[in-house]
Amino acid sequence: MSTATHSLPRAIGAHAVLLTYTVIALFPVILVIMNSFKSRAGIFGAPLTPPTPKTFDLIGYTTVFGQGDFLHYFQNSLVVTVASLFFVLLFGAMAAFALSEYRFRGNTMMGLYLALGIMIPIRLGTVAILQLMVASGLVNTLTALILVYTAQGLPLAIFILSEFMKQVSDDLKNAGRIDGLSEYTIFFRLVLPLVRPSMATVAVFTMIPIWNDLWFPLILAPSEETKTVTLGAQLFLGQFVTNWNAILAALSLAILPVLILYVIFSRQLIRGITSGAVK
Amino acid sequence: MAAQTRPKKPIRWHIGVFLAPAVLVYTAVMILPLFGTLQLSLFRNINQAQVFVGFDNFHTLFGDPNWSVNFWNALRNNVWFFIIHMLVQNPIGILLAALLSSPRLRFAAFYRTAIFVPTILSFVIVGFAWKLILSPIWGVAPHLLDFVGLKSLFTPWLGKEQYALTALSLVSVWQFVGIPMMLIYAALLSIPDEVIEAAECDGVTGMAQFWKIKLPLILPSIGIISILTFVGNFNAFDLIYTAQGALAGPNYSTDILGTFLYRAFFGFQLQVGDPNMGAAIATIMFLIILAGVCVYLFLVQTRLRRYQF
Repeated sequence: MSTATHSLPRAIGAHAVLLTYTVIALFPVILVIMNSFKSRAGIFGAPLTPPTPKTFDLIGYTTVFGQGDFLHYFQNSLVVTVASLFFVLLFGAMAAFALSEYRFRGNTMMGLYLALGIMIPIRLGTVAILQLMVASGLVNTLTALILVYTAQGLPLAIFILSEFMKQVSDDLKNAGRIDGLSEYTIFFRLVLPLVRPSMATVAVFTMIPIWNDLWFPLILAPSEETKTVTLGAQLFLGQFVTNWNAILAALSLAILPVLILYVIFSRQLIRGITSGAVK
Repeated sequence: MAAQTRPKKPIRWHIGVFLAPAVLVYTAVMILPLFGTLQLSLFRNINQAQVFVGFDNFHTLFGDPNWSVNFWNALRNNVWFFIIHMLVQNPIGILLAALLSSPRLRFAAFYRTAIFVPTILSFVIVGFAWKLILSPIWGVAPHLLDFVGLKSLFTPWLGKEQYALTALSLVSVWQFVGIPMMLIYAALLSIPDEVIEAAECDGVTGMAQFWKIKLPLILPSIGIISILTFVGNFNAFDLIYTAQGALAGPNYSTDILGTFLYRAFFGFQLQVGDPNMGAAIATIMFLIILAGVCVYLFLVQTRLRRYQF
């Protein structure tokens, strides 16, 4: 490595820019969480200081837990996300295996057809999706959301997984065939365990938009029974416009689970992106 | 047919079994509704019956002042929304990626993880958190501007017609800068070492190396982030809805196609919802996005292939 490209001023400059942007990226998040633990006077008197014993107050959190049915919304979000994720991964892996393993008539066409959904957002079909759900009596059920999110996640999952499935050694699969394993056993016992790391990448990519989506819960399942945490938080924030303690506490509660999951999976996610999975 | 010409080969049912669930769900919930929506845009509800009216809904959308004023306003705003993303989000993303990819940079993993945090947050959180920060009641923004002696510049940006859309676009940029950063970072890492070493042997280093060697090599990735930005922006809804409500205030100044579609489809306050007009707007959005994707595929993709290895 030549020294010319790594001079000290250059390194300091790079750190200065990156550090500045890191502060910009994290500041709002930290500000919200910090202030959620303060009393009203503390929030308005000194918004930029961390809570001190004098300003520390949990009034916001007690309001949130007293008013909104957050635990229930949380459960809805969890059910929808986990179920959609399961179907996206299972169906996506099966289709990706069929496309990458077998040569059949219309293989390329099928691949292109399934890839269409990567670029065209499913949201544009909302008018007819709502009609479909009304006709099948699925409005205000979590099933409607699971179906929509499964369809939404499949194209990218199939695209990424078939790239990885092409790398699984043919010898291994053929050895399985000689031993008399059925195609189903080869898929579930031999191939699936080998592509597990890429499944994790797809899982993270699929999960974030589903958990954060507001459009479909708002349109397909706005009832009290089926509200997701994103929609619940949205409505809650609308009701408590003037109760800043409650708003900040609700925002913090909405940030924390995602943030914790991200810290756990960030390595997986970043490796997934940088390994060229979405190029 | 294949069975007739080659009778020895049995039908391979397992291919169908593997493909069926994905194809069925995808077709039933995504493709058919998409075409259903395109079809609905050609009908109108007259006396409780759907009547075929050709392109009348589009005539209404473009020509009837009740619709067209809002439509052109939303389209104009959406274009501005996209321009801000292209001019601010993508250059910042490329700059951060270039800095991150410099060899032997310490704490690179920390920076990468931290800068990506806003991208994983939901629009509800982002919209509301920024609404609070920019609010004149709380006073965080004027307080911060005071630190750098610019307090006089502060106005309630989200409440003023001439600033609200730009302010919200910048919030959206703040949220999504992580995506171009990551994709460009990945592209920069995949440039072979020999290319960089050859450049260094020829004395091309530092900034010159970035502009002359690396930038041409990452052009395909810049094409990808551009089309992703395009599709994402012309399909955006959530941020505006959470920050400004369905009316996209003040005075529709932040209205984009997504919020316009929502109001047309569901109705809001005095306006009655009209699925057919909603479908017409969705059709226009579909055509805009399709045009963008086609331009990308036919023009950018074929031009750029020359630069690839």
